[in-house]
Amino acid sequence: MSETSAKPVLLTMRGIRIDGRSEDTWSPIIKGVDLTLRKGEVIGLIGESGAGKSTLGLAAMGFTRDGCRISGGTIDFDGIDLMKAPEAERRALRGKRIAYVAQSAAASFNPAHRLIDQYCEAPVQHGVMSREKAEADAVELYRRMRLPNPEEIGFRYPHQVSGGQLQRAMTAMAMSCRPDLIIFDEPTTALDVTTQIEVLAAIRDIVAQFDTAAIYITHDLAVVAQMADRIKVLLRGDEVEEADTRTMLRAPKEDYTKSLWAVRSYARPVQPPVTTGVPVVSVQNVTAGYGAADVLKNIGFDIHARRTVAVVGESGSGKSTAARVITGLLPPRQGRILFDGQPLPADYRQRSRDQLRQAQMIYQMADTALNPKLRLRELIGRPAEMYLGLKGKALTERIRDLLRLIELEPDRFIDRLPSELSGGQKQRIGIARALAAEPRFIICDEVTSALDQLVAEGILKLLDRIQSEFNLAYMFITHDLATVKAIADEVVVMQNGRVVEQGPKEEMFQPPHDPYTELLLSSVPEMDPDWLTRLLAERAAKREGQG
Amino acid sequence: MRDIWGMIGRRLLLGLLTLFVISVVIFGATELLPGDLARELLGQSATEETLAALRDQLGLNDPAPLRYWHWLTGAIQGDFGVSMATKKPIADLVGARLGNTLFLALYAAALSVPLSLALGVMAALWRNSVFDRASNALALTSISFPEFFVAYILVLWLAQSGLFPSMVRITPATTFGDRLYMAFLPALTLTLVVTAHMMRMTRAAIINLLASPYIEMARLKGMSPLRVVLRHAVPNALAPIINVVALNLAYLITGVVVVEVVFVYPGLGQLMVDAVTNRDIAVVQAIALIFAAAYVLLNLIADVLSTVTNPRLMHRR
Repeated sequence: MSETSAKPVLLTMRGIRIDGRSEDTWSPIIKGVDLTLRKGEVIGLIGESGAGKSTLGLAAMGFTRDGCRISGGTIDFDGIDLMKAPEAERRALRGKRIAYVAQSAAASFNPAHRLIDQYCEAPVQHGVMSREKAEADAVELYRRMRLPNPEEIGFRYPHQVSGGQLQRAMTAMAMSCRPDLIIFDEPTTALDVTTQIEVLAAIRDIVAQFDTAAIYITHDLAVVAQMADRIKVLLRGDEVEEADTRTMLRAPKEDYTKSLWAVRSYARPVQPPVTTGVPVVSVQNVTAGYGAADVLKNIGFDIHARRTVAVVGESGSGKSTAARVITGLLPPRQGRILFDGQPLPADYRQRSRDQLRQAQMIYQMADTALNPKLRLRELIGRPAEMYLGLKGKALTERIRDLLRLIELEPDRFIDRLPSELSGGQKQRIGIARALAAEPRFIICDEVTSALDQLVAEGILKLLDRIQSEFNLAYMFITHDLATVKAIADEVVVMQNGRVVEQGPKEEMFQPPHDPYTELLLSSVPEMDPDWLTRLLAERAAKREGQG
Repeated sequence: MRDIWGMIGRRLLLGLLTLFVISVVIFGATELLPGDLARELLGQSATEETLAALRDQLGLNDPAPLRYWHWLTGAIQGDFGVSMATKKPIADLVGARLGNTLFLALYAAALSVPLSLALGVMAALWRNSVFDRASNALALTSISFPEFFVAYILVLWLAQSGLFPSMVRITPATTFGDRLYMAFLPALTLTLVVTAHMMRMTRAAIINLLASPYIEMARLKGMSPLRVVLRHAVPNALAPIINVVALNLAYLITGVVVVEVVFVYPGLGQLMVDAVTNRDIAVVQAIALIFAAAYVLLNLIADVLSTVTNPRLMHRR
């Protein structure tokens, strides 16, 4: 924004080229990108996965991951040529003057050490301050990051702290040497929307307080709109365009940027409400759990043919456990599951093959849900063979039909391995595998949350089309309310194992809401760059009104 | 912490149960051996009457479960009976030898454990370098030769020239320094045999972790490669390392038979070989039980250490 343009330049990257090694050849990941950052300025890097955002962000530290190399360009950080500087000099900058906040704090904190030991490591090793001073400083920063019990939380191990708190502790750790530049690599992507708000607000405040420059990497446009002064759009290692945040949101120049903006407007037509008929699946008064604790507490909802019921809630609310009960993986303590009005055996081992066939699942991580050693022919063919007894030519024909259905050319794909597919294509195979059993009910467990928005939209449209073609009932587990808006007919909101609200989608998105639904809805970031500021002010005003 | 004591208690009970099962197996196996102990003792010329009298005296006519019971209750009290060959109490015979075997095992462990851990860490630090390949090749070479071959090579190189003795004579009067000097070649042989296993496991366990996000984080905090490995990778690699060290320590106690024979080292392994040759069944049983106990105990210690070094298990949510 205008006040930062007068500040001195901190980081200049010119014509950056980065190659990645696959097998024995080097292929370009970043193809000549420029980036200039002034002191105290925040630039947002956005793009789909594979655009090279993280690679470019790490290059700003003079760092490349194993199997990558910087093959061209110059990086100047405050007068230091990071390309020519010896490794020891670059190492002296990392953690001290340039810090990094990773996507998954849970994976990026060392499980063997307490948080405060990891906080103190950089300041003590870089000789910035003594251990005692660093510990006192940690408590101060934990307080500024609005962590609960700032005096005590540092003495916990990472596994004893929640994801949102870890992410704030990691931001505090990045701040420990008061760096000039912080790289935020998707710091809130792994968090629930309600947690995300707190982390975003804390990051924004602390960056402003210490006048730290930042590179904020994300694929979420609404998030970057809240955080960045300027936005740079990347596509497959190339810069698409760059402008200040408001200009970029109001008037994107390039078609690709416009297409990114347009995704959020997808919604399927409103279906007439169901009034009669036996639901395909009916969950009745189910209580279930692991060990001594109940994860589900007396929940119930119906799913009709040709209807999509979205089950939403934060992680730990019991969404996936509900799916496990329906599929019979976790027999409930109380309650029952009806299929077409007939009770299903609680344990999947007691269900008939036909009952098993009727309910299929599509998983979040298509990567891990597909056997990497099997070709698509076998992956899709197995359920068709097992449930429908297809063999030989009929089986091959069925596999080809299914591939055509998910818009993959049979001749090209039938003998491929999962590793030869993109993320979106893998998820399509997951769909085809579920369809191969000719089910009447499909559970979609966060099927789009690992995908980029454009790819996710394609999957949602495909699911929509298949539903009307085969009269399917969907249970759609998600924490993303944008997806709910796009695909759901009915919504079930879950919190701490209970259903707090349920009903048709149109009602759900109209006030009045249950307070928890209200919190969920209001926490979804909007494209308006003032959204976060406004929301925080509203919530503060509300708290004062109550207090 | 209370969890830990509970776990140790449970594991100890389980270990005792394992030992009990092993004792049954040992006793059963020696029962199956052919031959008549009375005839073995008295020779071919003995008459049927004297044989019967001796069997009666040794209790060989009692049913097997009863004899097992007598053996077990005796063993628990440290009384393994009397050696048939030497007529001495087995406890005395085994006691001195056990001390010698433990001395040799500890000696070899003191050489091999630090060596293999250091080599493993260095190989992980400079992975795919010349050092990594050379240490790997050397370790694999030494583990690939049979123990007696390694032992004789060492004798050829280090004993022929008179640097170290090729035979070990230990009496109660031998000083500690002399013991170290005399047992050097057997200890070195054992070190060469066990180092490869521990070193390669250490290297693999560390390299396995180097792709973790928290290792990248440590590097991005500007930490030196050595610190990244020692402070960030090793603590998370301890469980597999501890287990492979425990297995090798157990091997050092129980697997030294060949090395002891080559160097005429007065340890348990040699005693066992002698006892088998003499059909001194009671001694064989006693030593087998001691070996089993060593395995069980070391594995127990490894399990406890793996738990104690894992904060996820020590500090619950």
